[in-house]
Amino acid sequence: MNRVHARVRLGATLLAMAAIVAFPLTDSAFYVELLAKVLILAIFAMSLNVLVGFTGLVSFGHAAYFGIGAYAAVLLAPKYDPANLWLVLPGSVIAAGIAAFVIGLFVLRTRGVYFIMVTLAFAQMVYYIFHDGAFSGGSDGSYLNFKPSAAVGAFVPFDLTVPRHLCWFVAAMTILTYVALARLVRSPFGRILAGIRSNEQRMRALGFATFRYKLAAFTVAGAIGGLAGFLYAVLFGFVTPELFAWHQSGNVLLTVILGGVGSLAGSVAGAFAFVAMEEVFSGWTRHWQLVMGGVIVVVVLFLPGGLAGVPARIRRGFGAERG
Amino acid sequence: MAETLLVAERLTRSFGGLFANRDVSITLARGEVHALLGPNGAGKSTFINLLSGDLAPSGGRITLRGLDITALPQHRRSQLGIGRSYQRTNIFPAFTVFENCRLAAQSRQPRAWHWFADARQDAPVRARAEAALARAGLAERANAVSATLSHGEQRQLEIAMVLATSAEVLLLDEPLAGMGADESARMVELVKRLRPDHAILLVEHDMDAVFEVADRITVMVEGSVLESGSPQQIRASTAVRDAYLGEPV
Amino acid sequence: MDLPTFLIQLLNAVQYGLLLFLVASGLTLIFGIMGVINLAHGAFYMVGAYLAFALTGATGNLLVAILLGIPLAFALGALLEWLLFRHLYRRDHLDQVLLTYGLILIAEEIRSLAFGDDVHGVDVPALFAASIPLTDMLSYPVYRLVISAACIVLAIGLFVLIRHTRLGMVIRAGSHDRDMVQALGIDIGRTYRFVFALGVALAAFAGMLAAPVSSVFPGMGNQVLIVSFVIVVIGGIGSISGALIASLVIGFADTFGKVLVPDFAGLAVYFVMAAVLLWRPEGIFRRG
Repeated sequence: MNRVHARVRLGATLLAMAAIVAFPLTDSAFYVELLAKVLILAIFAMSLNVLVGFTGLVSFGHAAYFGIGAYAAVLLAPKYDPANLWLVLPGSVIAAGIAAFVIGLFVLRTRGVYFIMVTLAFAQMVYYIFHDGAFSGGSDGSYLNFKPSAAVGAFVPFDLTVPRHLCWFVAAMTILTYVALARLVRSPFGRILAGIRSNEQRMRALGFATFRYKLAAFTVAGAIGGLAGFLYAVLFGFVTPELFAWHQSGNVLLTVILGGVGSLAGSVAGAFAFVAMEEVFSGWTRHWQLVMGGVIVVVVLFLPGGLAGVPARIRRGFGAERG
Repeated sequence: MAETLLVAERLTRSFGGLFANRDVSITLARGEVHALLGPNGAGKSTFINLLSGDLAPSGGRITLRGLDITALPQHRRSQLGIGRSYQRTNIFPAFTVFENCRLAAQSRQPRAWHWFADARQDAPVRARAEAALARAGLAERANAVSATLSHGEQRQLEIAMVLATSAEVLLLDEPLAGMGADESARMVELVKRLRPDHAILLVEHDMDAVFEVADRITVMVEGSVLESGSPQQIRASTAVRDAYLGEPV
Repeated sequence: MDLPTFLIQLLNAVQYGLLLFLVASGLTLIFGIMGVINLAHGAFYMVGAYLAFALTGATGNLLVAILLGIPLAFALGALLEWLLFRHLYRRDHLDQVLLTYGLILIAEEIRSLAFGDDVHGVDVPALFAASIPLTDMLSYPVYRLVISAACIVLAIGLFVLIRHTRLGMVIRAGSHDRDMVQALGIDIGRTYRFVFALGVALAAFAGMLAAPVSSVFPGMGNQVLIVSFVIVVIGGIGSISGALIASLVIGFADTFGKVLVPDFAGLAVYFVMAAVLLWRPEGIFRRG
């Protein structure tokens, strides 16, 4: 029974990946952009899952690192030329990681509810810095004048100005993130994070210096969040301080929960679900946030396992055996 | 002469104006089981917390093999060889029994910056976990989810986890709590088996077990040491009997 | 800075801090007693302001509006507790955060549907419309003093409630050990409902008081909420006295920050928080 289940999961995953890769071959620019947007949210959600799902740290300020990655794409780019993708992408990721490291030094001194509140507060602080500061273009935001160039010397492997190429690049980043984090969760570091999530106090009693591991997780999560932000800036070509707003932090947290806390595949599924809901609801009414809010309340009250819990629920519902 | 491992000198801990521990001193030596007795509220849990680092003392000193560890945080003390089991079972309920011990064993070689290796492949860590489980008598239950264990088995797991950290000083906080007669007997045998290699502090209410296994006994009342000595001495002491108000000794 | 200007800023700082205290005290009570983190608490402040706008429009006088608005807010709080929040007591923080975030979205859209997205003004009641002259050119509005006075009265009332009534005893006990209070047979459900409704009413009252001074606009609740969180972090969860001290500190930091460093005025609050985090992460007045 377990074998079959695992095969079904693998088959579904490969099918989904094939669909994602094939999809951009259709010519619709709108949907290709939409797919890229979904995948960017998936990366963002997976990065938050490192904190919430792997380590048990509920951060309500994760938008800060998304925004820093996005702004870095603009601020690190030269004014009149396309940036070098292979420089500016790592640069943005590192910038976001450094910000996460510094902020982590402060916020990880707290636990539980305090932690939620201070992560929110620090994200607000970053919002203000970018909103009030002149360097960032203030509340109007800033444009990315050119999409970064993927050229390595004379060789140009792909062109990000072509929507299909951009979408495939984002898809590749998504798969890379997924694979890397899937290994991370099984690694010794990942097991330490799982222990911290389960019983941090006992981890300390067993001799683990838990602070440094939480800080490392926080930094990694921030860096990958910055990757998502960078891709966002490249996709849309425009960044505003609203990227730091707590609506972003709330939405990505919702995505993680929709997909199931701790499940990487769930985060990807959650991203699809969230964007789908956003598109559908905003098609119905200008006040689509009302519907979204209602969905959130319902999901929290009635669907605690998120989408990742749905297969188990279906199996239980049909009276199937476990496993 | 037994090797002295842990010395606590005049440990004091106050909460506001209330002294939970006042000038409590104890010496733990390898090959010795030192039992800590006292009525409820005597400050035994506080004392173990002070030794393990769960609580910081308001006064006094703790040395481990001569090294002053009073200011060291809990995880550093564990790395130096102090292990502690908890009165209220404090495991990782969602993990299997084996994973509980494996994680405990991993603490000695965290390899935390290996992000692409598979933790389960680490052979030395696995070996230490298996050995600890075997010593604690839990080898057959290795694959059970620890939340599904019986109460007695969970108490054994508590001990197994401490053993997996290769601790030399064992602080056992009521390991027999809530156990039936058979399980208690097995736990007592385990403590006896562990005695030659470790310095053991045993906080317990089960008097039969204590007198069967203890080499030295310290009795605490209201935060202070009432009397300390050999089991015979304690058994004969009127002060101790009064403190327990007729409890069979 | 000359003396009259300094005096004005001082009074402003105290007034702002006291208003924040009303909001933050509700937040810290609700978290301290019931263990629920409520992101929608700022929405109650907003509800108060919009209630003031609507009721003053209907009755012509802010004071009447407040007298009507407080019981309404209290009833709303009791209803919300019964309908939604009491299901959150046993859920983990993640669920609480998310559900209350959903509530914010709902509240914002309802506000948009009912009142639109414009900024609205509320008139200061005629009784307090005067100003006290300080110099030839500077004077201080009486209404702002009234705000501070009202907050002080409420703060005293809160302290009396917590320290000298049986209900206050239950609240203090519940904040230390919820399960024990329940085991003692005290009807904790009704106490929780009361505490929650009180918290909502306090926040709404603050919004009503502030309406003439800060105007009534979308998003007004969010800023107050985040500052309230900072206050609760600094003051320690569950501590009313901590919330009071922290509110005043933040009031001063924010007001004088805006005057002395106008470019990055909004950051003063966060610097204070960062400093406290380095020094005493559990809050200055941590419980126990």
